[in-house]
Amino acid sequence: MEKLGKLKRMLASGTIDRREFMGRALAAGATVALASTLASGTLKAATPKKGGRLRVAITGGGSGDVLDPAQTLDSYMINVSFGQLRNNLTEIAPNGDLIGELAESWDASSDAATWTFKLRKGVEFHNGKTLDADDVVASINHHRGEDTKSAAKGIIAPIEDVKADGKDTVVFKLSGGSADFPYLISDYHLVICPAKDGGGMDWESGVGTGGYVLEKFDPGVRTSVNRNPNYWKEGRAHFDSIETLYIADVGARTSALKTDEIDVMSRVDLKTVNLLKRSSSIQVFKTTGNQHSTLPMDTRQAPYDNNHVRLALKYAIDREQWLKVILKGYGELGNDFPIGPANQFRATTDDIPQRAYDPDKAKHHLKQAGLDKLAVQLHVADTAFEGAVDAVTLYRETAKAAGIDLKIVREPNDGYWSNVWLKKPWCGSYWGGRPTEDWMFSQVYSEGADWNETFWSHERFNKLLVEARAELDQKKRRDLYVEMQRIVHDEGGAVIPLFMSYVHAARTRVQLPEQMASNWELDGHKQAERWWFA
Amino acid sequence: MEKILKMVAQRLALGLLTLFVVSLIIFLAVELLPGDLAEALLGQSATPETVAAIRRELKLDLPMHERYVSWLWGILQGDMGRSLANQREISELIGGRLANTLFLALFAAFVSVPLALTLGVLAALYRNSIYDRVVNAVTLSSISFPEFFVAYILVLLLAVVLGWFPAISNVSDDLGFWERIYRTALPALTLTLVVIAHMMRMTRAAIISLLASPYIEMANLKGLTRTHVIVHHALPNALAPIINVVVINLAYLIVGVIVVEVVFVYPGLGQLLVDSVSKRDIPVVQASCMIFAATYILLNLTADVLSIMTNPRLMHPR
Repeated sequence: MEKLGKLKRMLASGTIDRREFMGRALAAGATVALASTLASGTLKAATPKKGGRLRVAITGGGSGDVLDPAQTLDSYMINVSFGQLRNNLTEIAPNGDLIGELAESWDASSDAATWTFKLRKGVEFHNGKTLDADDVVASINHHRGEDTKSAAKGIIAPIEDVKADGKDTVVFKLSGGSADFPYLISDYHLVICPAKDGGGMDWESGVGTGGYVLEKFDPGVRTSVNRNPNYWKEGRAHFDSIETLYIADVGARTSALKTDEIDVMSRVDLKTVNLLKRSSSIQVFKTTGNQHSTLPMDTRQAPYDNNHVRLALKYAIDREQWLKVILKGYGELGNDFPIGPANQFRATTDDIPQRAYDPDKAKHHLKQAGLDKLAVQLHVADTAFEGAVDAVTLYRETAKAAGIDLKIVREPNDGYWSNVWLKKPWCGSYWGGRPTEDWMFSQVYSEGADWNETFWSHERFNKLLVEARAELDQKKRRDLYVEMQRIVHDEGGAVIPLFMSYVHAARTRVQLPEQMASNWELDGHKQAERWWFA
Repeated sequence: MEKILKMVAQRLALGLLTLFVVSLIIFLAVELLPGDLAEALLGQSATPETVAAIRRELKLDLPMHERYVSWLWGILQGDMGRSLANQREISELIGGRLANTLFLALFAAFVSVPLALTLGVLAALYRNSIYDRVVNAVTLSSISFPEFFVAYILVLLLAVVLGWFPAISNVSDDLGFWERIYRTALPALTLTLVVIAHMMRMTRAAIISLLASPYIEMANLKGLTRTHVIVHHALPNALAPIINVVVINLAYLIVGVIVVEVVFVYPGLGQLLVDSVSKRDIPVVQASCMIFAATYILLNLTADVLSIMTNPRLMHPR
């Protein structure tokens, strides 16, 4: 029965599916009736229980962390600011749908350039102040202006004006149509803080409308919060208190979890994940969202300016092998476009067949480019993406069979993003992924974008991008986005080998909901209000 | 006594000069690292405008020498400045961290110094016995392994397998004394294992080198017990070198804890330094390094003063 218990947990955490559960439960000696009862019992989410102190260990931050949402850059502060203390106007639900958070409803003008948000009534900040439209305006304006240091600058750039219309209504005027605007506003930078009397907003105190009230913030060490007794959301925020530890070293996180010093850890070391899974008091679980690795080429430079060379390199990589060896199966195959499983309009493999390792096709494209063989340099460091250096070593071997001599240049982690990425003609990179197609494409694939890592410009693609942005008809948008994905797949400058799962581990007493969000790690960084103790 | 005071004054002046040079070297070293705070903070999400805005606001766009001079001017007035990354006062940022580091160092010193001296005296007493060899072999092997290796072995044995101690040193201000001792036990033990060999070997060697002296022979011939001879006749004369090595190891306990703090996620100064270097937060790096350098200088001075005071020939030269 011990074994069945473990299978049940694996099923609950999504490590195995129902079919596999049934097969393995039967193999373990259960009857069909017992196995199916167990399976359905597991799938029915238990009612959350209140209480307990959750201890979470997260990396991505440090002693320079600040409560200012404009300077929220990495996982730790996203989890604290966005996941525990504060709310947004809109929220991405666990199933990927957009739902209202502080906004009750919203409306667009027919050109999708004016958006009106109605606020939920009677929501109180931790300090007792009632939320109104001025707070929202101040919170959005915090990121705007000439001299802003805000990391959300790109997201709020299309906002031309934001105004309060009465106490419960906020009106946004955009420079052009944007059908996805309600999605953009769910970004973790754009949390709502109370407005200050003299103008501006108060982020210093950590006061928000979220499920937990800040008790102590010690940057680079820990954050303690207590449950907000007045939390407006029904059926959310079950823990009495939460302690969020900053532990950068994955070895320390793992031993802390094994010795029950913490309850949850993010970013499990995939090299040792199979050892961790053996422990009966620990559950390992994943969510697969839009996070993906890329190998961007500078499409302005030879030889990468020739699309046949790019295609040859796309065919010379063995994605199956990467998934198995590097990610130990914790991911999905990439198909050379950046739209992932957590996006709305992702092209299926019927729309665009999966590209597989094919040295002959690679050779064929080389010949089309007028080359017998190709010698290229690929610059990587481990910070580029999980297992990057090992992965490209595999790539070098598979490319050899296609007549490509791939030379790996190992770069230091330090300063990689400022000295190598966007500087070297071919390197490794990754994207956490964006909740909407437009966001991903505009930031990384449109002509002239700051982060256009392939320096790619494609006339038809750029035209479709603007067209799809203002299109409110879902069916038509889907067609437009699929076409754009096909263009990137066939002509884009990046090899996109894999979508990488978020892999977490927790003590078994931590109860997980049946469906977890995959837009970020830790249930979309909302574990504080969505999980509970048994 | 006058001589000692004069020497202390001279050394302190030299120490200040050393601190100045250290600050210059550290500043230049951090400057040489690729990227600056703006780029290190933003990482992949940097855009030219935001990087420029951060640089402008933090005055990182000024030339290097101007930034150094303004930092030096602040320090001379007792103002360590603010962290570039989160604008907190450095004194406030460092205060609690320094206290944690000192606590760990003191804890380790209270365990390791008496232990090392006792083991050393005993090793001298039972020279070339099985005991002597075992102690030597054990301490030498513990010092030969890198600290992080010793630390991981201890975590594996005492935390993961036996479960006696926590694997990470999760301490906070509101902990009681004994709870704090319990949580810092593993890092303190690691440090003890790392420093003990040096002190123990030095004690043993200092005593043994005296055992051939005529006055020891005299004491032996008087019929005193070996223990009496070593503790009352040899040890006082061996104090100078022993004090020297003990103090140097104390300095190491404070400045050498960086790796140990990182492994045990202990919120001390070393961890802060590592964090700040990776973010290129120069004022914090400078302040931490100044504290480390000053500790070294002061403890070295203490060692010299103490060895002079324990040596009558140096204390009252003719």
